[in-house]
Amino acid sequence: MGFFASIGLAAHERLKALWESFAFLGETVVSAFVVFVRPGQFRFRDAALAFQRATFDGLPIAAGIGFLLGVILAFQSAAALKMFGVEVYVADLLTIGLFRELGPLVTAIILAGRSGSAFAAEIGTMKVNEEVDALTTMGLAPVRFLVLPRIAAVVLAMPILTILSELAGLVGGAIVLQLMNVPTVVFWSHVSSTSTFFMIAFGLVKAAIFGLLVGLIGCSAGMRTKSTADGVGVAATSAVVGGIVAIAITDGILAVLCYAWSL
Amino acid sequence: MEEALIVLEHVDAGYPGTVILEDVSLEIKRGEVFILLGGSGCGKSTIMKHMIGLNPVLAGKLTLAGLEWTAKNRAALCRKIGVMYQSGALFGSMTCLQNVMLPMEEFTRLSRKERREKALRLLDDVELADAADKMPNEISGGMRKRVAIARAMALDPEVVFLDEPSAGLDPITSSALDDLILKLRREKGMTFVVVTHELSSIFKIGDRAAMFDKARRGLIALGTPQALRDTCEDGFVRKFFNRGEIHG
Repeated sequence: MGFFASIGLAAHERLKALWESFAFLGETVVSAFVVFVRPGQFRFRDAALAFQRATFDGLPIAAGIGFLLGVILAFQSAAALKMFGVEVYVADLLTIGLFRELGPLVTAIILAGRSGSAFAAEIGTMKVNEEVDALTTMGLAPVRFLVLPRIAAVVLAMPILTILSELAGLVGGAIVLQLMNVPTVVFWSHVSSTSTFFMIAFGLVKAAIFGLLVGLIGCSAGMRTKSTADGVGVAATSAVVGGIVAIAITDGILAVLCYAWSL
Repeated sequence: MEEALIVLEHVDAGYPGTVILEDVSLEIKRGEVFILLGGSGCGKSTIMKHMIGLNPVLAGKLTLAGLEWTAKNRAALCRKIGVMYQSGALFGSMTCLQNVMLPMEEFTRLSRKERREKALRLLDDVELADAADKMPNEISGGMRKRVAIARAMALDPEVVFLDEPSAGLDPITSSALDDLILKLRREKGMTFVVVTHELSSIFKIGDRAAMFDKARRGLIALGTPQALRDTCEDGFVRKFFNRGEIHG
């Protein structure tokens, strides 16, 4: 195959994938609307199962990473702030950093790695095993049956995981400052005075948006799985990579918007 | 004369941009076991996918019980068909009983108790009542296919499609599955469309068969399996029945 032909073919494949993604998005939006109008059609049991897997099974790692993030941030920033004798402001830095930015971001990346890849692998395996075809021929829309419950689950799970991860991060920071002879009560008093309702709410809304992205990209990758030996693996990888890229881009856009609107 | 349940008129089968079979015309009559025959890759599964509404036909007209596969008719047509896929395609997160109950849960007004009773009856029909509470990964490939047949019959369809029911099964299990198809046809009067290239199955269960050829991209013979074997003059058909499956 010639150089230009291979470029053309690659471009065609990318455009096709993009078109399929838009078609999937459209189908998901329509299905979500139908389920909103007729809630009886929603698979609550499947959503509960996906929610349990995303939240309870993902909690130890989200809290663990959050805790370590708090410890690392506290150590790194305390070293600089100590020079000015204001290491107590580590609490303020941690509060703003975790609630506004790092809490939702890091939890979303963890969720993309766990739930996004799991969704792609589960749906991809079902596709390869003809289970998705079986649903279609039974008259059950695969998007309503497989995708919506998973998306609903991660949109709900993300804020919960995020807040727990942020709290674990603050506990980590408190322990570090305790080692530096900053009393815990002072630490928590700074956390309390720095944090605002808007800051926490903004972080949680951002978390829900990231959850939506993880769910959409994971399920979309699963639905596009090819029946090849490496099909499911490719789908899982693309769910994780696509999820992380989408989260980073969205986070960047939200940061610019916040700056522009002075939020 | 028996009523035609599935009618294909000058159908081109394949995927967008790829025509696999051209100008296929045939009728499948109500109550018969119809076999789609041919070598590997000849398009018999592709044409079945058109019949069950997974892919639209590329050209021509395909009707099932007088209806074409359009968005408007989809819901009605889905209730007229049952499909057993090659792998069984049971949902791994559900027990065998839940798999059979699923279509009823979505499309009937039966109470949970009635759904359960009907699903157990269907599992009993396929001689798997004992496996009701087992997960699909706890039963053998042959049993999974039987459960898939029970699920395919859950909505009392007019026609059941079976995609390579013998694939991956030993001869004894495969023969037992053939017996089951004959029993269901006898007791329930259902129409079966079976994709296979197992000669023993073709002669045991088939009322009529259609033979497709990859090289000629079309339907090359139509008739009873015995007639195809004994009287058909086509070289490919003769070779198929004399030597078994032909790999394309």
